Amino acid sequence: MSDPKHVLEIKMLTPDERKQQKRRNLAIALALAAFMATVFLVTILRLGGSVAERSF
Amino acid sequence: MSEPVMTPRSYASAGPGDYFALLKPRVMSLVIFTAFVGMVLAPGALHPVLAAVSLLAIAVGAGASGALNMWWDADIDAVMARTAGRPVPSGRVPRAEAAAFGLFLSGLSVALLALAANYLAAGLLAFTIFFYVVIYSMWLKRSTPQNIVIGGAAGALPPVVGWAAASGTAPLEAWVLFAIIFLWTPPHFWALALYKRGDYERAGVPMMPVVKGEASTRKQIFGYAVILAAAGAAPFFLGIAGWLYLGVSIALGAGFLWWSFKVLRAPEGDYGSAKKLFGFSLLYLFGLFAALLVEKLAGLHV
Repeated sequence: MSDPKHVLEIKMLTPDERKQQKRRNLAIALALAAFMATVFLVTILRLGGSVAERSF
Repeated sequence: MSEPVMTPRSYASAGPGDYFALLKPRVMSLVIFTAFVGMVLAPGALHPVLAAVSLLAIAVGAGASGALNMWWDADIDAVMARTAGRPVPSGRVPRAEAAAFGLFLSGLSVALLALAANYLAAGLLAFTIFFYVVIYSMWLKRSTPQNIVIGGAAGALPPVVGWAAASGTAPLEAWVLFAIIFLWTPPHFWALALYKRGDYERAGVPMMPVVKGEASTRKQIFGYAVILAAAGAAPFFLGIAGWLYLGVSIALGAGFLWWSFKVLRAPEGDYGSAKKLFGFSLLYLFGLFAALLVEKLAGLHV
C-alpha cells in the first residue's frame, strides 16, 4: 500500500464549499419532501376517483 | 478541433442554482406553455391538481433532456460563446453529474406522469426525451444540416403529451399543434444560425449556413415560412379554433412571411433581418398558442 498511486488524498472543504454543500443538501431535502407530498396527493386523488366509481 | 479545456475548479462550490440551470429553464417555459395549451384544448376533464402535477412532470422531463443534452454536448458548448457559460463547460458541475441528474429526472418524470395521467402520455414523454437526447443530440446534431429539422420533433411533442395527459388520446388535432411547432423550428433556428455561424463553425456543428451557405439557408427559411403560415391556420379548419385564432394566425403569419422575405432579400453578411426574424419567431409561436388558449378559456370557441 505504499504505492503513491494508491494514496487517497483527503481534501477539507473550504468554508464556502461547506456552505454550498449545505445549500445543495437542503435543496435535495426539499425536492424529496415535495416529491413525496406530490405522490401522496396523486394517490389520494386517484384512489378517491376509484372509490366514487365503485359499485356497492 | 482541439480538445476544449475545462476549467479545473472545485466542483464542491456548485450551488442548487447550477443544477437548476442544467434543466434549461427558458426552453422549459415554452414546453410548459405549449403542453398546457394541448391539455386545455383536449376534450375530457382532468382533475386540476392532477393536471398541475402532469404539467410539472412534463416540465421536469423536458428539463431532464436538457441536462442530458448538456452532458453529451459539453465539448461543443465549451467552444461556443452562447453556451460557454453553462454549468458543465464552465466547470461548475461535473459532466457525470449532469448525466446522472438527467437520467434520474427522466425516469422520475415519466413515472410521475404515468401515475398522475396515463400510460400514453408517459410513453410520449419518454419518447420525447429519447428523441431529443439520442436521435437529436447524439446522432443528428453533429452529422447533418437537417439536424434541427428532424430534431424539431422533440420540441414539437409537448402539446401532444399535454393532450394525451388530459384525454388519454392523441388524435389528428393534437398532431396539428405538433406540425406547427415542427415547421416553425427550422426558420427559427436557421435565423439564429445565420448570425451565429462562426460559433457553429468553430464547434464543428453542421448547421445549414455552415454547410450550404447563407444564400441557400435564406431561401429555405422563406420556404418554411410559406408552409408555416399556411399550417398556422389549420387549427381553424380542423375545428379546434375559432375566428379570433384565424385572425391572429393570419396576422402573425403575414409578419413571419414579411421578416422571412427581408431575410431572403438581405445581402450576404447583413444579419439585422435575421435577428428580427429570430425575435419575431418567438412572438409568433407564443401568440398562436396564446390565441388558442384565450379562445378556449374565454368560451369564444367550444
